[in-house]
Amino acid sequence: MSEPTHHEQHIVTPKIYLIIGATLLVLTGATTAISYVELGVFNAVVALAIACIKASLVVLFFMHVKYSSKLTKLTVAAGLFTFLVLITMTMTDYISRAWGLW
Amino acid sequence: MDSHALAAQTSETGHIEHAHPPHLRHHFETVEQQREAASFGMWLFLLTEIMFFGGLFCAYLIYRNWYYPAFVVGSHQLKIWAGTTNTGVLIGSSFTMAMAVYSSQVRNRAALIGYLLLTIVLGTVFLGIKGYEWHDEWEHHHVPGLNFSVSDFVHTSAAYPEDKPLPLDMAEKTQVYFSLYFAMTGMHALHMIIGVSLLIILLAQAWGGAYTDGHMTTIENFGLYWHFVDIIWIFLFPLLYLISRHQ
Repeated sequence: MSEPTHHEQHIVTPKIYLIIGATLLVLTGATTAISYVELGVFNAVVALAIACIKASLVVLFFMHVKYSSKLTKLTVAAGLFTFLVLITMTMTDYISRAWGLW
Repeated sequence: MDSHALAAQTSETGHIEHAHPPHLRHHFETVEQQREAASFGMWLFLLTEIMFFGGLFCAYLIYRNWYYPAFVVGSHQLKIWAGTTNTGVLIGSSFTMAMAVYSSQVRNRAALIGYLLLTIVLGTVFLGIKGYEWHDEWEHHHVPGLNFSVSDFVHTSAAYPEDKPLPLDMAEKTQVYFSLYFAMTGMHALHMIIGVSLLIILLAQAWGGAYTDGHMTTIENFGLYWHFVDIIWIFLFPLLYLISRHQ
């Protein structure tokens, strides 16, 4: 019989949850405040960058991925990669359809 | 092993006595292995959810490029204060859910019940604010297919006097924005309703003493689901409410 996977459970402390929760609230306030500032195309860039930071904090700490096994980390990375394939392949097709016609 | 031998080894609770915790299933070697397998399965489910919402995000990206002026004025109709408040409420509920998982890990029944209850309350508040917004959009005839009028988009809006009225053909395309808006927030809200329903069941089980006896994969996996739904909203909020504000 093969060896069972060994990954000791790590209990994340309430202090870390509190810091992450407060950071997420501050970032929410920041993204709303920045949306009132005229930045042209960078309004979308900044808003999505903040959203990515917030999502990363949730995944790493609230969802314990920072403390999880390599299998879990690989699974999360695979999900992100497949999602990026969906977006980039679709946009590549969409952008290149009228190539040279603009 | 024949049925007589099996019966002889069965305890009063109906569980065959071994030297392992009662929540360890027989096809796993150790509790850690069982926990890892359950978590892996949950993440695979969440990957399918990423691809499901990913399709909606992808459609939003393409149509926003396609019918850009319609998406800008459509977005201006949303209430930023409601979206911001709801983001805060949902992050609060993710925090209380994380604390519920912690309470389960340190086997504190009272704290687990309290945090599950708080998560239910915050989830319900989110749905309430979302419902208020939908009602407002119904009142303003912004619901494609059921109750839609282009009049807000072919005239200068009182809320956004700087928005120039759109030509009729582009004004019609605001229906694409609102269709995606209702599809995305609706699918998100459906996940929230399922989440709150499951939380009520978990609360009843926790009340009966479950999940504070060392078995917590159910609470942990539900936590993953709840945080995932939070992440979807973290992206919906800027895409639907914020990024078109100045265009």
